Amino acid sequence: MGQDFWTYFWVVGTFGTYIAIALWARASSTDDFYVAGHDVHPMVNGMATAADWMSAASFLSMAGLIAFLGYGGSVYLMGWTGGYVLLALLLAPFLREFGKFTVPDFVGDRYYSTAARLIAVVCALFVSFTYIAGQMKGVGVAFSGFLGVEFNTGIIVGMGIVFVYAVLGGMKGITYTQVAQYCVLIFAYTVPAIFISLIITGNPIPQLGFISNVKGEDISMLEKLNTVVSDLGFLEYTKTDKTMLDVFAITGALMFGTAGLPHVIIRFFTVSSAGAARVSAGWALVFIALLYTTAPAVASFARLNFIDTVNESTYIADDADYDTEAAAIMAAGGKPTPKWFKDWEKTGLLGVEDKNGDGVIQYRAGAENEVTKLDRDIFVMANPSIAKLPAWVIGLVVAGGLAAALSTAAGLLMVISSSISHDLCRRTFFKDMSDKDELRVARASAAGAVILAGIMGMNTAKLGFVAQVVAFAFGLAAASLFPVIVLGIFWKRMNREGAIASMLTGLVSTFSYIYYFKFVDTDPANWWFGVSPEGIGFLFMFLSLAVGVIVALVTAPPPQDVQDLVEDIRVPGTRTSHGIADEGMAPMPAE
Amino acid sequence: MSEPSKEIDGKGYWREVVRLTLVLLVIWFAVSYGAGILFRDWLDNVSIGGAPLGFWFAQNGSIYVFVGLIFYYCRAMNRLEKKYGVEA
Repeated sequence: MGQDFWTYFWVVGTFGTYIAIALWARASSTDDFYVAGHDVHPMVNGMATAADWMSAASFLSMAGLIAFLGYGGSVYLMGWTGGYVLLALLLAPFLREFGKFTVPDFVGDRYYSTAARLIAVVCALFVSFTYIAGQMKGVGVAFSGFLGVEFNTGIIVGMGIVFVYAVLGGMKGITYTQVAQYCVLIFAYTVPAIFISLIITGNPIPQLGFISNVKGEDISMLEKLNTVVSDLGFLEYTKTDKTMLDVFAITGALMFGTAGLPHVIIRFFTVSSAGAARVSAGWALVFIALLYTTAPAVASFARLNFIDTVNESTYIADDADYDTEAAAIMAAGGKPTPKWFKDWEKTGLLGVEDKNGDGVIQYRAGAENEVTKLDRDIFVMANPSIAKLPAWVIGLVVAGGLAAALSTAAGLLMVISSSISHDLCRRTFFKDMSDKDELRVARASAAGAVILAGIMGMNTAKLGFVAQVVAFAFGLAAASLFPVIVLGIFWKRMNREGAIASMLTGLVSTFSYIYYFKFVDTDPANWWFGVSPEGIGFLFMFLSLAVGVIVALVTAPPPQDVQDLVEDIRVPGTRTSHGIADEGMAPMPAE
Repeated sequence: MSEPSKEIDGKGYWREVVRLTLVLLVIWFAVSYGAGILFRDWLDNVSIGGAPLGFWFAQNGSIYVFVGLIFYYCRAMNRLEKKYGVEA
C-alpha cells in the first residue's frame, strides 16, 4: 500500500469517527451546549482537556523547537505544564463551585459590574481569536503538505469538520470528540518516539532513553550531543544564550498564561463538583505529561540523528536512481544522504546548497552551513521515516497533527461562541432572553466564529505572523485575567474598581510592550531588563496585581452579598444564591 | 438549598486549605524555577543517569513533580473535607 493510501485512510477514518461522535452527542439545552450538562467524568474531562490544550504547535513544532534551542526549550516544557498546578490549586475547583458558564460570568458576577464583564469578554475574545487562527493555519499546512490539497481547500475542509461537531454538539460533542482526538494524537506521537529511542539508545522508553548512554557506546546521549553540536560550532545542547531573567520570565508568562486561558478554564465547568474539578486537573496533566516528557527526548534524539546521518553525507541528485547511487557510495566507503532527507527536500521544508562544491553536505553553525533550509516541524513529521517505520505510521502522524489542531480549534470556538451568546447577549444586552433563543444564538455565533477563524487562518498564512501573536495570547491571559480571578477567590476585599483597574493595566501594558517590540522596534537590545515580549506578561502580571490591590484599598469594599459569595465558593457544597452577585441568573448546584 | 445539618467551621477549613496551598506552591516553585532555572548550574554538577540534574529538572523532572503535587492535593483536600464535614 502506498503512502497516500494510508494517509487518506487515517485522515478520512478519524474524521468520520469525529462526526459520528458529534451526531451521537448532540446538545439539546444551553447546559449541554456550554458545559456538557455538568456531568462529564473527571478522567474523561482530563483527557478532553489534554486534547484541547495540546495544539498543532505542541504536536508538530515543540520537539523541533527544543531540538534547536536545547536547554532554552525548557521554558515551553515547564511553562505549559506548570500552569496546571496553578489551575488545580488556585482556580478550577473554586470556579466550578461558583457554578456558572464562562470566565466573564465569574468576573462580571464577582465584581458586580457590567463593565468588568465586558472587559473580560474583550480579553477572552482577543486571546481566543489569535490562538484559533494559528490552529486553522496548522490544518491548512497539514493538508497541503501531505495530501497535495490546496492550502485554502485544506482550511475549508477543516472548518467544515469543526463546524459539524461544534455547532451541533456544543461542549458535549466537543468533549467526546476530543477524547477520540487525544487517543489518535498520543498514539501517533509515542509510537515513532519509542522506535527512535530504541535506535539511538536501545531503550524503548523515550524518557529513560533521554538519560541513557548511546547504544553500544560508553557515553551518555546528552554528553555526546553536547560534544557533537559544539564541534560543529553550535551552542552546547544543555546551555542557552538567553539570560536567566528572561528564561524565568518566559516560563512565568507561559505558566500563568496557561492558567488564565479561558478555553482551558471552561473545561472545568463541565464536571459535577469542585472535588471532581481538582481530580480532573490532575488527569489532564497526566495526559499532557505523556506527550510533554516524550518531547524533549524526541528533540535530542532527532538532533543527534540528524547530524549523524546528514552531516558529511554524499548528496544524491534528484534525477539519479536513489538505491543504486546509495549502494555505490557505500561501496566506496562513503555515507549517502538518507532517503527521508530526499523525500522531505521535495516539500520545501528542507533545502541544501553545495557551497564548496565537494558533493558532500556540511551542516555547521555560520556561513559554511550547507543545510540552507531546516524547518523545525520536520523532526516530528520525519521521525517515522527516520526510524524506518511502515507507511501506515506516517499516515497516522498526519492524522495526529490534524487531531491536535482541530481539538484545540473546537475548544476555542466554544469560548468565542459563549462569550457572544451568553456574556454579551443573555447577561448584558437581552436579559430576558429564553434558554431556547440563547442556544440558537450560541449555535449561530459558533458558526460565525468558524468562518471568521478560517478566513483569519488563510490570511495569517500569507502574513506569517502567527508566532508573533501567540505571545499576545499568553501574555494577555497572564496579565489581565489571572490576577482578577485569583484575587476574586483569595481576597474578599477585592472590589469592582480594583478589578477594572487591574484588567486594564494588564491589557494595556502587555499589549503595548508586545506590539512595540514585535512590530515597531524589533531590536532585542532595547528590551526592558532584557525581557523578551514572550516573557513580559509575567512582569506586567505583578504590576496588574499591585494596581488592583492599591485601587481596591482606596475605594469602598464590595457589598456584603459579594463577600458572602466569596465565602461560599471557598467551601464546597455551601454555595447559595446571593442577590446582587447572582442577579439575573442563579448558580447551578453541584452534582 | 437545604440548610446544613450542623454548622460548618468554614473559616477553620479555609485556613487549612490556604496553608496546604502555600506549601504545595513552594514545592512547585522549587522544582521548576528553583531547580530548573535559578540553581541549575549548581545542580548540574550532579547527574541523574546520563543527564545533568538541573537540565533534567527543567525538561522532565519538574513535570513529574507537578503531576504528583496535584494528586497529593486532591487526597489532602478530601481528608480536610472529611475532617470539617464539607460536602464536595
